[in-house]
Amino acid sequence: MSTIADTTQVRIATIGSVDDGKSTLIGRLLHDSKGIFEDQLNAVSSASKRYGDGSMNLALLTDGLRAEREQGITIDVAYRYFATPRRSFVLADTPGHAQFTRNMVTGASVSDIAIVLVDARHGVVEQTRRHVAIAALLGVSHLILAVNKMDLVEWTESSFQSVVAGVQDILKTLSSNVPLHPIPVSATNGDNVVELSPRSPWYTGPSVLDLIETLDVSEASEVGGRLPVQWTLRVYGGSDYRAFAGQLTGGDVSVGDAVTVLPKGQKSVVQSITRSGDPVDVAIPGDAIALELADALDVGRGDVLVVDGGTLPTCATRISVDVCWFAETDIRVGDRIVLRHSARDVPAVVSGIDHILDLDTLTNVQADKLTLNDIGRISLDIDEPIVVDAYTDSKVGGSLIAVDPVTNATVGALLVRSAQ
Amino acid sequence: MTAIFETQTSTLHRSHLDRLEAESITIIREVVAGCESPVLLFSGGKDSAVLLWLAIKAFKPARLPFPVMHVDTGHNFPEVIAFRDEIVERFNLDLVVASVQESIDTGRIADPGPTGSRNRQQAVTLLDAIRRHKFTAAFGGGRRDEDKARAKERILSFRGTNGAWEPRQQRPEPWNILNPRIRQGEHLRAFPISNWTELDIWEYIAREGIPLPTIYFSHERTVIQRDGMLLSVGGPVVPEAHEVPFTETVRYRTVGDMSCTGAVKSDASDFDAIIADVAASRITERGATRADDNFSESAMEDRKREGYF
Repeated sequence: MSTIADTTQVRIATIGSVDDGKSTLIGRLLHDSKGIFEDQLNAVSSASKRYGDGSMNLALLTDGLRAEREQGITIDVAYRYFATPRRSFVLADTPGHAQFTRNMVTGASVSDIAIVLVDARHGVVEQTRRHVAIAALLGVSHLILAVNKMDLVEWTESSFQSVVAGVQDILKTLSSNVPLHPIPVSATNGDNVVELSPRSPWYTGPSVLDLIETLDVSEASEVGGRLPVQWTLRVYGGSDYRAFAGQLTGGDVSVGDAVTVLPKGQKSVVQSITRSGDPVDVAIPGDAIALELADALDVGRGDVLVVDGGTLPTCATRISVDVCWFAETDIRVGDRIVLRHSARDVPAVVSGIDHILDLDTLTNVQADKLTLNDIGRISLDIDEPIVVDAYTDSKVGGSLIAVDPVTNATVGALLVRSAQ
Repeated sequence: MTAIFETQTSTLHRSHLDRLEAESITIIREVVAGCESPVLLFSGGKDSAVLLWLAIKAFKPARLPFPVMHVDTGHNFPEVIAFRDEIVERFNLDLVVASVQESIDTGRIADPGPTGSRNRQQAVTLLDAIRRHKFTAAFGGGRRDEDKARAKERILSFRGTNGAWEPRQQRPEPWNILNPRIRQGEHLRAFPISNWTELDIWEYIAREGIPLPTIYFSHERTVIQRDGMLLSVGGPVVPEAHEVPFTETVRYRTVGDMSCTGAVKSDASDFDAIIADVAASRITERGATRADDNFSESAMEDRKREGYF
């Protein structure tokens, strides 16, 4: 009996420009690793006749919305799941169109590995630069470069090498040190996707599947045990049980540990821990826990319990953040937004726009506003202190979203660079 | 504790299922903290049984801080209703029943006839109940691996005043940070088990010993063959002249409206056998057992746009 209950789960996002073959690559991975069910394959086969020239279009496995099938594009992220005996995978197929960058950010923000696709005929284009810049910003552990449609350039090694050089340049200009793993592929024909292809004898590296099965995705160590409080568990009717529930990040917590409650700064000791509702002596990062403290303190949603001994996060009213801006409306100095961070909604105002990233030169340029899909750095004044880390120290403590206070739309993804 | 900046290594290991469980519990707590009046949709099927189990764990030892709602199509398997009532009693739950029959009787929806599927009509009954009880968030057991339209849905699915899903207007959820802010008349659907597969669900049910309706396990049943499916005779399913009932050893992979939920031939009578069955299956659960999803290429997307979960 095969079981995946104990395998490592790896989260992967495909990124890159429209028509470079992201959905087809995922379809090919699923198909060749036997991750597709018969009825799904039959449905794709009949849809291929309806929307194409009749040959099997594997992109239809993930382009599940009617508008996507009709237009032959990806609009929103599709999540697909498959497993090999070595690992289980969540694949996020993200859209290539610039207008759907918000959906690409959603898919890539929680991924261990990003696979950037580039059409071997066209090389690096603006959207390649945007997506690689975002993946580097978000801090994926590995970047696989799939130089696709190699069959259309007769599998010439020089075409492959020139794309590789182009992407290496991007990473160098961005000062990113994310490891790059280039592979020549034809997603349509399956070359070097699951099996190595005889058409590229000059390529001696692994296939895409080999890579995603073996790359080291163990999470980077964070900065010490933190519990952002989501909710207070209380039992009514005589019991004095009162525990603070949330998802532990950064480091372990044990019964008896000394903790500090931020932003107020009170101190106490962990009296009991439940993990997924059951009592335990110790919990590790990622666990959904509830902590009882030895002292009756005023603790509420949005407060952070910090295990003593690690670094302290910052209680900040001024932060400098990198932003991916998603809204149709521009943002300028003086504009108000609501920040959502670690179970807390706090109003803030834009106090400065430092720069935006020019996607032609990949250099920072002066600007007085951010428009749709811009990547830039801004400063914010926050109405009440929030407990944050630099994103490079803690992805949880250093990530926020911006919400439009009138429409309630999510308008930006924010990464903390510095806080005071 | 170890020194600053040193890796705090732990000898404890968490499995794939542990991680899914923690993710789901975190989502459930977040929605309850961020929404005034949540409800959990409970059909009695395996996914809603897992969802309820996770919700109970999320608030243990406190009582579940919100009611559960059963959208009753009137075309229920008797075993499922018995199971529902047993669970409500065992966990001391508040149960709200929203009845499709009542929506038909009051003229809110047209009667699809005694043998017609009531799956699609559920959306109206559900939306009426959400309005009547002023629920602001409804937890559902939808999973992304079930269907290509579900594969596109966020953890939190924003629904405007008409209750419809608008795939182009979904809120981005970077780092899984949820945005539960809504205005009057709007509501959210929340899918805490989005990232679970059918196999995960069964392995978790087996690990935790989660109670399920008996029809998930193999048993003998009188069935007819209709539209390529094995339908249980009884209730809304009345054999026509050319349909000869026969006895088959079956189990159900999904539980829904009796008139459109098919059984699969199976000898799997315990968890290990079912897990082996699911792991070896070459057909999706919905493809195998749901006539309404196979009706057209975008059946699920169309229903979701009408307010379905």
